[in-house]
Amino acid sequence: MSDDPMTTPRAMRGRAPDVFHPGGWVPMKEYPQREPVDFVVIGTGAGGGPLIARLAERGYAVIGFDAGPYFRPLEDFASDETSQSQLFWTDERLVDGANPLRLGSNNSGRAVGGSTVHYAMVSLRFRPEWFKSRTLLGYGADWPLDWQEMWRYYAQAERDLAIAGPVSYPWGPKRPRYPYRAHEINGAAEVLARGAEAMGYQWAETPLATVSAPRGESPPCVYRGFCRVGCSTNAKQSQLVTYIPRALAAGAEIRDLAMVGRIAVDAAGRACGVHYHRNGAWHFQAARNVIVAGYAIETPRLLLNSATDRFPEGLANGSGLVGRYLMTQSNQAVYGVMDEIVRWNKGPPSLTITEHWNYEDRKDFHGGYCWMAQGPLPVEWSAALSGSRRLWGAALREKMGDYNHQVGLKMVGEMLPHFDNRVSLADETDRYGLPIARVTYSWHDNDKAMIQHALGEMQRSLELVGARDIWRQENDTNHLAGTARMGSDGKSSVVDADCRSWDIPNLWICDGSVFPTTGGVNPSLTITAIALRTADRICELHRAGDLRF
Amino acid sequence: MTDRDRYPGYDVLAKRHSLSWNDATRKAMDARLGVPREPRFLSQAEWATLVAICERIVPQPTSRPPVPLAGYIDQKLNDDARSGFRNAALPPQREAWKKGLAAFEAEARLRHDMSFHCLDGERQDELLRCAEAGRSDASAWDGMEASLFFSEHVMNDIIAAYYAHPTSWNEIGFGGPAGPRGYVRMRRNRRDPWEPVEAGSGDEARVRRENMRVR
Repeated sequence: MSDDPMTTPRAMRGRAPDVFHPGGWVPMKEYPQREPVDFVVIGTGAGGGPLIARLAERGYAVIGFDAGPYFRPLEDFASDETSQSQLFWTDERLVDGANPLRLGSNNSGRAVGGSTVHYAMVSLRFRPEWFKSRTLLGYGADWPLDWQEMWRYYAQAERDLAIAGPVSYPWGPKRPRYPYRAHEINGAAEVLARGAEAMGYQWAETPLATVSAPRGESPPCVYRGFCRVGCSTNAKQSQLVTYIPRALAAGAEIRDLAMVGRIAVDAAGRACGVHYHRNGAWHFQAARNVIVAGYAIETPRLLLNSATDRFPEGLANGSGLVGRYLMTQSNQAVYGVMDEIVRWNKGPPSLTITEHWNYEDRKDFHGGYCWMAQGPLPVEWSAALSGSRRLWGAALREKMGDYNHQVGLKMVGEMLPHFDNRVSLADETDRYGLPIARVTYSWHDNDKAMIQHALGEMQRSLELVGARDIWRQENDTNHLAGTARMGSDGKSSVVDADCRSWDIPNLWICDGSVFPTTGGVNPSLTITAIALRTADRICELHRAGDLRF
Repeated sequence: MTDRDRYPGYDVLAKRHSLSWNDATRKAMDARLGVPREPRFLSQAEWATLVAICERIVPQPTSRPPVPLAGYIDQKLNDDARSGFRNAALPPQREAWKKGLAAFEAEARLRHDMSFHCLDGERQDELLRCAEAGRSDASAWDGMEASLFFSEHVMNDIIAAYYAHPTSWNEIGFGGPAGPRGYVRMRRNRRDPWEPVEAGSGDEARVRRENMRVR
């Protein structure tokens, strides 16, 4: 039998890959298709991973579906940007609008563990006020969640992922010590620190989900710097090596290379299972509850593709908001060249951060942003350089020659939610015959004002540390959110605070698509914290008799 | 441009059997270096145009074997390996490349009565710059937006192919594959012995000797 994880499912016949040992296996419980399981979870990333683990640990019968392969990082991951695009969602999606998004790499994932397998591991908490940004800060929408409750789930997520961070974090309310000590900073990260100090801003070692000391079978990070194309040593605390092994040990089943194409609804209007494609054929898995955790494009796509006569506009879409209020985060950067040799590719790419403008409200736009140090690998760097400076020919090769002297600061900024930024269905279909997503995005005035502010600040910071040949990357965006927003009523939102859809009581959505606003920090820790809370809430609702089994 | 060798003597492939490479990396690099040098998807005429375009987008020195850029584009098209998104104004990549190559050829014939690949570099650059700026002859482009094709495919695909190749890593002094060994010396102006040394003025011979020892 072929053992190509890209073409043949590995989690079969009562066993799943042991992610810590080349060629290894761990036992896995399997559930029959016809017998309804308690929960089907679609997607195994930052939202799905913790849910599968926590629900299985509470004794529920859970199956996690992922469209992507089940990797063993030690044997499957190369130190190579190009071949590691095997981690990305590279099926076609159409992009349009005034500022079409670029997808398919950092903001997508197709693997057990989702995009946490290749994320930059940046693990930040929201500023508390962002959960009530409409009421307290005058923009966006309020979340139906209480920040103090979220603070407890953030702490749980940080423990589960053994986050390595500074002894004292400079911004926001007090938080517990990070479980692991902060990583040593590299030359590029030191440039951020010196620049921030010159501006009078605080900076910190970025809290990262890669261990700075041994943890179980994870060795400490060796600073190879290929984090964003997958960690081949298992230092990275992705869902693949944290929650998913926990889930298996607790009796969950994982189905890899299993693309869910449609959620089925019974005569009573309740979700009753999923149609999925695996091993060359369509199958049906019966379920008492369905949880969608496919992120901000695949989640609305699946809900829209699951339309029936009873729900002609798609499932959970009584509000008409499924696919609406898509947000990305502005990810502009400023780069410069240092006289010293920096070798910015060594170590995790974002070792230092300043959240100054997330916590400072004296500015003429809404929302916040942070910036972090950078260390792109050559292919990504050549794309940024050639795309932003319109360089090709001899001029490009000349500038690429400065690679080891390059430094950069890159923002993660809060774009505001807009009704017209959306995911809808295109006429084209994919290899499964399913309509593909059309992703429409335009920046608005507030987004543009923030970007210009951030570019000016980052440029000043680089000037203050003596960088030369400074230029701006004006056109990059990254993380996604929105498209199935949570709220306090069924008219203005798709799910409630428990990630339960207003329309179908046993259909849940739990990933970045539930964000009403996106904040000025990377979203993964917040997604995981929400998933941990949702698992607890499901148990409470069950105890209270509010869940039918 | 001056083709100054900033990292003389450095060969990232010399690390192949070191702890900076694992089996998966060796496998990926073997596939990279073994790219077919003949077209499988494109026609010979399209291939000739593509080879000429690659040479203008990333001109390469004659002092070492060139990176076979056109081979990577043809391979990508042959495998239909996509990037995960497509500007709605463009056709799928196979169609886009075929249309784009036909358009450059048509424009060359229209303006110079010659095949694109037979034009001198200056004239080729001029046609490329027209496409980049959206000043191409629309009749040659069959409804496709030339500037979008240029940025999304000509630039992205060719430049990505070049900087995915070990030869380009030698040129820019990139340490290359790095697992499981990783790095130890993180601060600026510090070098692990398995990283290349950059030549300053006049010390090329010493640096070359040093870089020959990088493993």
